[in-house]
Amino acid sequence: MELHIQTPEANIYKGSANAVTMPGTDGTFQVLQNHAPLIASLKAGEVKVVTDSGIKTFSIGSGFVEVLNNKITLLAESPA
Amino acid sequence: MPGKLKEVKTRINSVKSTQQITKAMKLVAASKLKKATDAIVQMRPYADKLGEVLRNISAGNSSDVEIVYAMERPIQRAAVVVITSDKGLCGSFNANILKTANFYIKNDLASVRKNGNLTIIPIGKKAYDAFKKYEDCKLVTDYVNLFKDLSYNNVSDVAKMLMNGFEVGYYDKVVVAYAEFKNAAVQNFNLVDFLPIAKKQAEEKQASNVDYIFEPDKAKLLKDLTPKILKTQFYSYLLDNNASEHGARMTAMDNATNNAAELLRQLQIKYNKERQAAITTELTEIVSGAAAL
Repeated sequence: MELHIQTPEANIYKGSANAVTMPGTDGTFQVLQNHAPLIASLKAGEVKVVTDSGIKTFSIGSGFVEVLNNKITLLAESPA
Repeated sequence: MPGKLKEVKTRINSVKSTQQITKAMKLVAASKLKKATDAIVQMRPYADKLGEVLRNISAGNSSDVEIVYAMERPIQRAAVVVITSDKGLCGSFNANILKTANFYIKNDLASVRKNGNLTIIPIGKKAYDAFKKYEDCKLVTDYVNLFKDLSYNNVSDVAKMLMNGFEVGYYDKVVVAYAEFKNAAVQNFNLVDFLPIAKKQAEEKQASNVDYIFEPDKAKLLKDLTPKILKTQFYSYLLDNNASEHGARMTAMDNATNNAAELLRQLQIKYNKERQAAITTELTEIVSGAAAL
């Protein structure tokens, strides 16, 4: 899957991912390959990205995520 | 006439040092402009995507969710946010923004002002200097120095304050006066309605027909999304204004440098003439002195 994490100030991550764990407003959830189209709102917390080269974590402020055709776009504010 | 000659020489030197300063300021402004436009470029994908998500959520959302920030009320209390620069020497940049703001205050908000219900929120020192003498208006000075640290979090604090004020009925309308960045030489001096949100015209862009899962439901998402879009919008005003300021300063300093060059050329001609006149006088004196012998 392709993952893109963007804040108003910078592009935090752009690349491939095998699994992404995100802090949803209704609880943490994980997105895997071939996930159905989804729009969800996120609260501030940590995003865990599993890539071929290991696990990466990013801390984010509240935001939104869109999952469509194996492309994840995560829009978040910078962590306070 | 060595006295006059020296006078011209001194002027040449002083113009030269002024030219050096304006040239340096131009270069500094150019590099700051680059940074400022980079910040705008960074923000754009975020803002674009946010708008796209909004379209996807509101697509097929027939039961119009009432958004607090879109409520139109009779204007009894208003707030004007005036964004200028902290520093001068940027041509008519600040004067134009202040003119735009003042024109609106005088024409559209006269009655609000008369009742003492007009709040002015200056951002940037020049705006503060201009409005501190408006004794019949409330002045919010907490954000004057916002340009010292122009981060998204700081800016969204201001937006949050305005949205809260609107929500509780403290302001019925919030407008922003700022300079929109066109290119390095051109700024648009704008006065835009920040709150209430303008009613959306028919969406030109068709949202995708994908059947999304919404988490949580659409109404709640929309409620979360609206403040974010407003904050981003406010952030873009400030970034635009910042880039415009540096663009205006660059142009102003470029003009000043060119003017100095022209002045130097004229002074040099004057200097040469004076020098020649001095030599001629000296020669005449020597020749007539020799003739007398």
